[in-house]
Amino acid sequence: MTMAAAEQLAPQQPMVRFENVSKRYGNLVVLDDLNLEVSRGEKVAIIGPSGSGKTTVLRMLMTLERIDGGVIWVDGEPMTHMMQGGQMVPAAQKHLRRVRSKIGMVFQHFNLFPHMTALQNCIEAPITVLKMSRKEAEARATELLGMVGLADKKGHYPAQLSGGQQQRVAIARALAMRPKVMLFDEVTSALDPELVGEVLHVIRQLGAEHDLTMLMVTHQMGFAKEFADRVCFFYQGKIAEQGAPQELFGAPKNDRTKQFLRAVLESG
Amino acid sequence: MIWDWDYTFEILPVLAQAAIVTIEATAIGFVIALVLGLFLAILRMSGPKTGWCVSVFIECIRSTPLLIQIFFLYFVFPSFGITLDAFVAGVIALGLHYGCYCAEVYRAGLEGVHRGQWEACTALNLSSLTTFKNIILPQAIPPIVPVLGNYLVALFKETPLLSAIAVMEMMQTAKILGSETFRYTEPITLVGIAFLIMSLVSAALIRIVERRLNLRSAK
Ligand SMILES: Nc1ncnc2c1ncn2[C@@H]1O[C@H](COP(=O)(O)OP(=O)(O)OP(=O)(O)O)[C@@H](O)[C@H]1O
Ligand SMILES: [Mg+2]
Repeated sequence: MTMAAAEQLAPQQPMVRFENVSKRYGNLVVLDDLNLEVSRGEKVAIIGPSGSGKTTVLRMLMTLERIDGGVIWVDGEPMTHMMQGGQMVPAAQKHLRRVRSKIGMVFQHFNLFPHMTALQNCIEAPITVLKMSRKEAEARATELLGMVGLADKKGHYPAQLSGGQQQRVAIARALAMRPKVMLFDEVTSALDPELVGEVLHVIRQLGAEHDLTMLMVTHQMGFAKEFADRVCFFYQGKIAEQGAPQELFGAPKNDRTKQFLRAVLESG
Repeated sequence: MIWDWDYTFEILPVLAQAAIVTIEATAIGFVIALVLGLFLAILRMSGPKTGWCVSVFIECIRSTPLLIQIFFLYFVFPSFGITLDAFVAGVIALGLHYGCYCAEVYRAGLEGVHRGQWEACTALNLSSLTTFKNIILPQAIPPIVPVLGNYLVALFKETPLLSAIAVMEMMQTAKILGSETFRYTEPITLVGIAFLIMSLVSAALIRIVERRLNLRSAK
């Protein structure tokens, strides 16, 4: 398949596809033969008990973890592998970087660069990776910081911002790279309860305004229910149940799902 | 008379000249140590095999006296066809020796940078070079400046070892002056005072740099 053909096929292809993906740490099987497709623009919420492999799914997609089996496809082409002489071989760094550029990630603990201001955090990658001019990068970063409600905090260092503000800078920073897919790993878990709302508000806005594909691991069941097109319940490295939020939350079929949702409800 | 002022003023210009050699040796030696140390620290992290080789090399250098390394470069290298000027050999030995100490310090600094920082760089698709240069190093360096500063002063205080291969730094100059006039009191004392003053001044400078860096990272 040539590049051009791949591009043409792309619209019909899912944006992200996990094909028989497995992941082990030593003897521990963290993901077991995972198959998951995410369509363009789809918002998928990933829920499940601790240790069920939710974070691992996102980290593999962001290439922060190697996979032990299977193939991950992004935008119609294999990411973890590439074609060489008609065969699929493990991807070289260059291939990985190219495909990875379509994905952005927001972390639980923000991971902002502490020695850079909010603005600098948002222009570093556009300038050095996308080769934007400083002026263009700053204009765009300013716009994005405005979108997340932090236009007046451009010159602040992360340590001078609240957790909620830092996380919103992190979202702006990821968006500055124009990803097609955004990954959110429990992005509100490290925040004080009163700061959760402002971050969810930004994500909600993103979902409405942008044609982004989004995968989010969350413990905010209310948010998942209202925001996601589909919810996947992970249990012991497998998708035990998935479906539209109304179905999965309203009438779960799997006993594990029921158990999990009951436990979450009880804990508030 | 215990202290001869005429003699003192007579030798002062000669010693000042020698002080410049000492400062040059310190400055060049420390720059070599800083660059080599960083290089070794990176090599050490780059893979298990290279890492092991680098560790062994560092251990060998750190476990042998600087004086032996100076002699090795000056007296033994010529038999491999590499003949070095005394000053060059001495400065390289200083840089090499302290580079191995600096490598350990850099390593601690680099390991102190949170893993999440590397991951954020991957997620933003930064190149390895940009990641290292713009994100990791600027966070790894400020905490280790005090330790690197201590090594600068330590290296400075070891420059008299270069007198062993007749580099005309302060110690060697004082020795020669003493042997010419049979008066050691003035030259040796003056050299001691010069070391004392320069050590104190550089320690103060390092503290200023440190405070600047702390201020900046606390912003
Ligand atoms: N680097 C690692 N080395 C060894 N085991 C790991 C590593 N990372 C994750 N694991 C294990 O893999 C399993 C899945 O981890 P993962 O972080 O994906 O879970 P999770 O669903 O995100 O859980 P949580 O809700 O607590 O964040 C866990 O059992 C975890 O202990
Ligand atoms: Mg997790």
